[in-house]
Amino acid sequence: MSTQPDERAAGPWAAPIDRLAMTDGHINVSGRRPTAPMNGFGRMWQKTYRTALGAVTPQQAITVLKEHFPEFWPAGNRFFAPLAGIAPGEVAALDLTMPGGLKLSTGVLVLYADDESFTLMTPEGHMFAGWITFSAFTEDGQTWAQAQVLMRASDPLYELGMTFGGHRQEDRHWVHTLTSFAAHFGVEGEVAVETVCVDRRRQWGRARNIWHNAGIRSGLHMAGAPVRLVRGRRSPS
Amino acid sequence: MTQAQTTLTVRVPITGVAIIEISGEVTRDSDAALKDAYERVDPHARAIVLSFEDLEYMNSSGIGLLVTLLVRAQRARQRILACGLTEHYREIFELTRLDEVISIHDSEAAALAAAA
Repeated sequence: MSTQPDERAAGPWAAPIDRLAMTDGHINVSGRRPTAPMNGFGRMWQKTYRTALGAVTPQQAITVLKEHFPEFWPAGNRFFAPLAGIAPGEVAALDLTMPGGLKLSTGVLVLYADDESFTLMTPEGHMFAGWITFSAFTEDGQTWAQAQVLMRASDPLYELGMTFGGHRQEDRHWVHTLTSFAAHFGVEGEVAVETVCVDRRRQWGRARNIWHNAGIRSGLHMAGAPVRLVRGRRSPS
Repeated sequence: MTQAQTTLTVRVPITGVAIIEISGEVTRDSDAALKDAYERVDPHARAIVLSFEDLEYMNSSGIGLLVTLLVRAQRARQRILACGLTEHYREIFELTRLDEVISIHDSEAAALAAAA
């Protein structure tokens, strides 16, 4: 058995990690395990968003996407890029606006990153368990950008939320992101969306994932803000 | 879509257990080849061993394809096992938590013994 992978095989992958670590105190990230689609509760979906980019190479496109990723996101959502950028093993914090105005604080692990793609993997407590791969490639004589999500809602509450508006909101999020990305290259094209239900079954054995639900924990954190403020003022300096 | 640089061979070394030998690269371009290989497996097979002895390279899209293959097999009540993974790809299976649902073995013989 080989123990020395070549650079092409090893370089783009994150090093083995059991739990995420962040130093800035962003809630719902540190100590959380990364989760694969198999670790979620809800139906498994594969959602593919694709748009044309015009005369740019896939490598140029992904370089731009890595460097400007947060700028392409819709307003009200924040991606706190790691200092080292989108690179294998880096962890990014996210603040997402949920239906009803609730702010969901969570994060992602950069699972994989090479010249033509990168993959973000979600931690426990995120609205879905799985990953999203952004890639650029040449097909039919032009360059395309693609975002592909492979996911299950993490717990029963998120599954309910995804069913009643969450999937639509996610579609809007990535359509906006790819539209803005294409506009960066002066291209105004439509984003094609393809949704496939990979597995209709729900994994009831994973219902206890709700313990980590970042939405609930973010809500409790927001509700506790006044108490933390008062305690901070009373404590001796 | 780009031509996949993947070669997949299906063998049936013992009744009820199929081996899919994966050679070359597993990337997004391997989707059709993997689906075709799975369809060549007897639907009544109780276990499928994925042999990675000749795997040269796999990216995150390739891992995604393994997840969807796994779901199809689970729906058909088939176990998925793996053998021939290098230390590096064993770590990738752990990182992506595929090792929790695909049992990993050092050799084809060990995988077949576990599947029998």
